[in-house]
Amino acid sequence: MQYPPNVRIIEVPCTGKVDLVHLLMAFEYGADGVMVVGCMAGDCHYSAGNLYARKRVQRGKEILDRVGLGGDRLEMYNLSSGMGGRFAEIVREITEKVRELGPSPVRVATGKAMRPIAEVTP
Amino acid sequence: MIKAVPKPLEEVLDLVKDFHKVLIAGCDGCVTVCEAGGMKEAKVLASALRLYFTQEGRAAQVDEVSLTRQCEKEYLAELADRLDAYDAVVSLACGCGVQYLAEMYSHKIIYPGVNTCFLGVNEERGLYSERCQACGHCILADTGGICPIARCSKRMLNGPCGGSEKGKCEINPEIPCGWELIYERLKTLGQLDRFEKPVDPKDWSSSRDGGPRKIVREDLRI
Amino acid sequence: MNATTPSQLEKLIASGKFAVTSEVGPPRSADGAVIEHKGNLIKDYVDAVNVTDNQTSVCRVCSLACCIRLKLMGLEPVLQMVTRDRNRIALQSDILGAASFGIHNILCLTGDHQHFGDHPKAVNVFDLDSVQLIQTVRLMRDEGRLLGGHQFEVRPQMFIGAAANPFAGPNVPMRVARLAKKAAAGVQFVQTQCIYNMDTFKEFMKIAGDRGLHEKVAVLAGITPMKNVGMAKYMQKRVPGIDVPDEIVRRIGGVPKEKQAEEGINLAVEQIEELKEVKGVRGFHLMAIEWEEKVPEIVERAGLYPRPG
Repeated sequence: MQYPPNVRIIEVPCTGKVDLVHLLMAFEYGADGVMVVGCMAGDCHYSAGNLYARKRVQRGKEILDRVGLGGDRLEMYNLSSGMGGRFAEIVREITEKVRELGPSPVRVATGKAMRPIAEVTP
Repeated sequence: MIKAVPKPLEEVLDLVKDFHKVLIAGCDGCVTVCEAGGMKEAKVLASALRLYFTQEGRAAQVDEVSLTRQCEKEYLAELADRLDAYDAVVSLACGCGVQYLAEMYSHKIIYPGVNTCFLGVNEERGLYSERCQACGHCILADTGGICPIARCSKRMLNGPCGGSEKGKCEINPEIPCGWELIYERLKTLGQLDRFEKPVDPKDWSSSRDGGPRKIVREDLRI
Repeated sequence: MNATTPSQLEKLIASGKFAVTSEVGPPRSADGAVIEHKGNLIKDYVDAVNVTDNQTSVCRVCSLACCIRLKLMGLEPVLQMVTRDRNRIALQSDILGAASFGIHNILCLTGDHQHFGDHPKAVNVFDLDSVQLIQTVRLMRDEGRLLGGHQFEVRPQMFIGAAANPFAGPNVPMRVARLAKKAAAGVQFVQTQCIYNMDTFKEFMKIAGDRGLHEKVAVLAGITPMKNVGMAKYMQKRVPGIDVPDEIVRRIGGVPKEKQAEEGINLAVEQIEELKEVKGVRGFHLMAIEWEEKVPEIVERAGLYPRPG
């Protein structure tokens, strides 16, 4: 599976495990864009995790709009695990979009991330 | 429990925009249960404020903490050593907690971060509704366990009014008619005789109308 | 029922004849001429005139001021009083004020929620509800006492009325139980919400009769003539507590636009004739909202003119 190298993947057992604060902190850590990729609606192994994730992404977009970063930097996509081709496609899609939006205002203002990226590496 | 909602982010930004060091103080009590002001919400608000200040090009420090509850000075005292470091505190506690915090640290700017709404129950996650008006003299024994002061829009004691429409309140079809509920409940309990007797005017002096209230339990105080 | 107050309405009802009342709505400015004009339009055709009290929570000239004006004109006013806007101090105060001008009829109402009116941000008072207001008037009239205990000499001589709505909620027996509660509190007459669903109304009157309420409370049947099909549809869909069956909407809508008002009057007259036969109906309350000029025609065609006394 070929996709652009600018993507850092963080695996979770279910997108329901992703809290709103994680989405915001990713931007504090210097991310220019964040994508949440969950199972197709109705297919969640844990029944509704991906539905909660969508609500949190929605709220995250509102917050990002209000604090001056722009909600377009955050998106949620629904895929099944077999859709490798589609995954590569949406990564290209969001990369393109974020490139157009430019670097995150956080990095523009400080010249760097608010927190060192090394903290995130497992 | 007390039910609250987070204040709109714009409103909080407007309150703190000129400060450099802000502490977000959550509460593990009621506001945690209704997901408005607990540790999770404090972390989100702190992160949002940090992002805001940073992209404005301002060096600002925003930290978060959550106390067991803010309506108890024993827990508020835990902040004593920390507060000097901050210009302002945004408290996510209910109105009681915000006030107590401000009373204890009266030289500190303490702003509310939630809107305290009512005493209510959890129907589902994210769906809370009002049940009690804290009138100070509970009449639930007479009304089959349903309170007309909290659940009738006109707080009638001899309801329903003539606007009750298909079991719903005239002001909003999503609000059940409190008196229709009471009537049906009394019928189920075989207590419809309570519906027939006129109820005398209420003594409102035990509620908010009588002035700010206090409970003094001499049996608990030494 | 023996008449116990100087109320002309009470005397008429006690005499066994059909009573006719109507209502006038005050203006939203300090214009005294409006009520004078409306009063003059209907004065020979009705036995008493209600003045509404900030109806649907829209702030208007107060009912008390208008009732005083009507009284001074020689009409028999019915003071409508809602508990939404005034606490027990103000309510009792206004009752004393009305009585001091010789006003002898009062309609005790809870009142529409302020959500509907022009001041939705106002606090709502509801210190008392309609049943408790009935109790209060009776206490003042029969014992010369205020709720707070003060005893006084010159008592209000008021004929006590209230509203009855057989059409609110799906439960007709419950609406009768409410009427019974008002009767137990001291109500002497009721004016019903405007009637279009005859079956429901007759069911209500039958249950009320079985409970012995006809001997205690005089029921004045509410009639509102339809001006046009738009009004019929509006009342059916948008006004809580009013039941307009589809056949009524079809009937009014079934005639050409310029004939709809006439059809509405025809319907009102037919309703009165039908209701005259219903046991327990002691009169009619004509609510011709902003159409007071039609009251004389309706009263005449329903065979209720001239009015006695």
